[in-house]
Parts: sequence; C-alpha cells; structure tokens
Amino acid sequence: MPDMANEHPPHDDHDHAHDAAHSHAHDDHNHLDPMSLRVRALETVLSEKGYIDPAALDVLIDTYQTRIGPRNGAKVVAKAWADPAYRLWLQDDASAAIASLGYTGRQGEHMVAVFNTPQQHHMVVCTLCSCYPWPVLGLPPTWYKSAPYRSRVVKEPHAVLTDFGVTLPTGTDIRVWDSTAEVRYLVIPQRPPGTEGLDEAALAALVTRDSMIGTGLPLTPRFSTGATR
Amino acid sequence: MSAAHTSTAYTSHADLGGQPGHGRVLPEPEGELFHADWEPRALALTLAMGATGAWNIDASRSARETLAHYAQLSYYQIWLAALEKLVTERGLVQPDELARGRAQSPALPLPRKLLAEAVPATLARGSHTERPATTPARFHIGQRVRTRAEAPPHHSRLPAYVRGRTGTVERLHGCHVFADAHAQGLGEQPQWLYSVVFDGQALWGADTASGLRVSVDAWDSTLEAA
Repeated sequence: MPDMANEHPPHDDHDHAHDAAHSHAHDDHNHLDPMSLRVRALETVLSEKGYIDPAALDVLIDTYQTRIGPRNGAKVVAKAWADPAYRLWLQDDASAAIASLGYTGRQGEHMVAVFNTPQQHHMVVCTLCSCYPWPVLGLPPTWYKSAPYRSRVVKEPHAVLTDFGVTLPTGTDIRVWDSTAEVRYLVIPQRPPGTEGLDEAALAALVTRDSMIGTGLPLTPRFSTGATR
Repeated sequence: MSAAHTSTAYTSHADLGGQPGHGRVLPEPEGELFHADWEPRALALTLAMGATGAWNIDASRSARETLAHYAQLSYYQIWLAALEKLVTERGLVQPDELARGRAQSPALPLPRKLLAEAVPATLARGSHTERPATTPARFHIGQRVRTRAEAPPHHSRLPAYVRGRTGTVERLHGCHVFADAHAQGLGEQPQWLYSVVFDGQALWGADTASGLRVSVDAWDSTLEAA
C-alpha cells in the first residue's frame, strides 16, 4: 500500500527525541479527520514508547491487502473439487489439509471444512464478534462483522440469502455454524455443473468469497471458458 | 442498584444472535476491505499490540464487547476504542498522552515486540488454543446436552440465544483454552470443546423454516447432560 508508506517517512517512526520531525508531522496532520488524528496519536505514542515497530504495521497491512485473501480458500475448494483424496483429507483433518497448501496461522489455527450437498447448505457466522478463517479468506467483509448479518443469519438464513440474491432449491436444509470458540469454518460449495475437464486454476476462478461463507454460490463457467479447454 | 452490584455486572453489547430490529445485509465486492484510510492502521495497531503479549485475544474481545457505545460504532471504531481502553487500563499509555499524541512517560516492559521482519512467521504460526487432554471427554457424539442457563458475570462465548437450550453433541474439538477464564486473566484452564447443534424451530419457534439447524462451539463447563 504505497500511500500508507508515504504517510510514514522513516524519520517519523524511530527517532524519539526528534522534536522537529514531530512538530512537522503534526502540522501535516491538521487536515486529517478526527478518526485519522486519533489513530495517528495512538500510533505515535505506541511507537515512541517502543511498544510497536511502525514498519511492522506496513507489513501487516500489506499482508492482508495483497497476500492473504479469499484466493487462498478458492485454491482449497478447487483442489477439493478436483482431487478426491484431498477432499477426504479435508473432511478428516482440515487444518492439516489446508496447511499442506501453505495456509496456516492467525485465526485459522483450528480449521473445519463443511461440505454443501444438494440436501444441505452451510453458512458461517460469528454472532459474538467477527471470527473468520483469515488464512483462507483474509479479512472479513464489513457485512460479516455487522449487526444485520450477525443477528439474522442464525434465525432467518433464507431471508439473509435473499439479500445476497441467492435462492436455494426447495427442500435444501440450512445448517449455520456460529464460530463461538477458536475453531474456524470453511464452506466447500458444490462443484458447478459444466466444469468437467477444468483444471484447478480454472476451477478456483469460479470460487467466490461468499460461496466459502455460505452467502453465495460459485460462478458457473462462461461459454468462453468451456470453449478453450 | 448498589455500587457493589454495579461493579459485578457484566454486559456484552456484542451478543447479537437472533436480536430483532436490524435491517438488510449489504453485500460487498471481494476486494473491498477498508472504508477509510485510518482503518488499516487501526487494524495493524491492534495486531501489533496483541503480539506484545500485554493481553490475550479473549481479553481484547472482552474489551470490545463491553464498550458502552458498541452499537453506534463501526467495526474498526470498536477495535480502536478497545485498543485505547486496553493500553490505558494497563497503564501502558496515559490518557493525556493519547490526547496530545506524544509519549510523556516511561514505557512499561512488555513480553514481546513484533518487528517487521518477524510479521510473516508470526502470522503463519498463529496462536493455537488446543491443549493436551488430561481427562476423557465428558460427552460423546450424539449425546443430548443442555447449556448453562445463567449469564455469567464475565466474558463468555455462549451466545444468549442458546442459553438453557437442549442440543446434540456433533463434534469433539479436543481441549481448548477456556475463553471465560482467559479473558479474566485467570490462566488458560483448558476444557473439552464441543460443537453442539440445535434445531432451528426449537430455538425460534414453529414459524422458523424447517430443516434449519444452528450449532455453537461450547466448552465443557457450560454444558450438562440432558
């Protein structure tokens, strides 16, 4: 995130005794809105006290903006669709199966994969806060953390799906997983029809973030995709 | 209400499951992560301070859910307000330092500091909460169990909508750090953790769609055999 880096010139980050740098920095911040000023104040105090490394903040932000996101989960789903042995491993020990693709760590230490079928649709929520499988899906979208989704999906999931433009076939039961401990859930959607012969990369392109939360369905292959295979 | 009573009450404003009055869900495109320039910074500050070991994740959840204005704040406003609360409550930062945006008192020692070069490995390692089991699981898959009915006077991860309800044990997750104790600084006190599944109509009434089932992950001490 280059604009972030530019907002934090190195001399502003480390030199605790550098009054000139700080007053200059404060002049720069006069145009900022109250929330930005508040965050800046907290960051300045925490770095001046040596509790945080400001450069670590840039790495953290870059990680979740460019490296860890739902394309990771899409690869897990595509492999589960393409490779029956991997699918079994995912059912049996999702943490290990997902770690084998390199996706481990914070907010995904204990993974469970749940598999949609024609009879059963799975949806994931955290009614108490915003628990979400970060290594495979990245940071949660705003709606996942907000009151409408958290309050309603455990009670009226069909209506919530309508908000996403999704209607399930009649007779599909819904199972909602409320993430109330440190176990994180990944929905494995059903493989769309017409995807026979697609390789894992092409399959992964059909897997949307929402389909791995249960608020969406995977895309179906476009005509051109089928024509090139 | 006596002062003593007030001091022992615990109110979470974050326990939203089944709460009426919220509007429709507003979907977002996949790449949309932040809605203001300060939000990624607030996120990163929270992660970096969490990595110092000054508190644990359960204590930070407790700090967030007890914010009086929780319902009026955006999610990253909640994170920022909770971070300010955590650093000031623990004496790591003085309130006037936040107001001035300048450190004016000595730092307190913290267990760790997250350096930039350590970020990838730290994130990839995560913070596992499973601990070796020292007792067999009290419940087995398929067993009917009833959840604790009372709201405890501290952080808890048993949502109100399943309190005092009967469900079925569906999965055993091993022994995990007990969030209730951990949030209060009482150590890990690991317990068996179960997925307990409830029938939707039993939770919400006959108007609810048939075939709905809802599960929570519940620690052993919040359950009893039904």
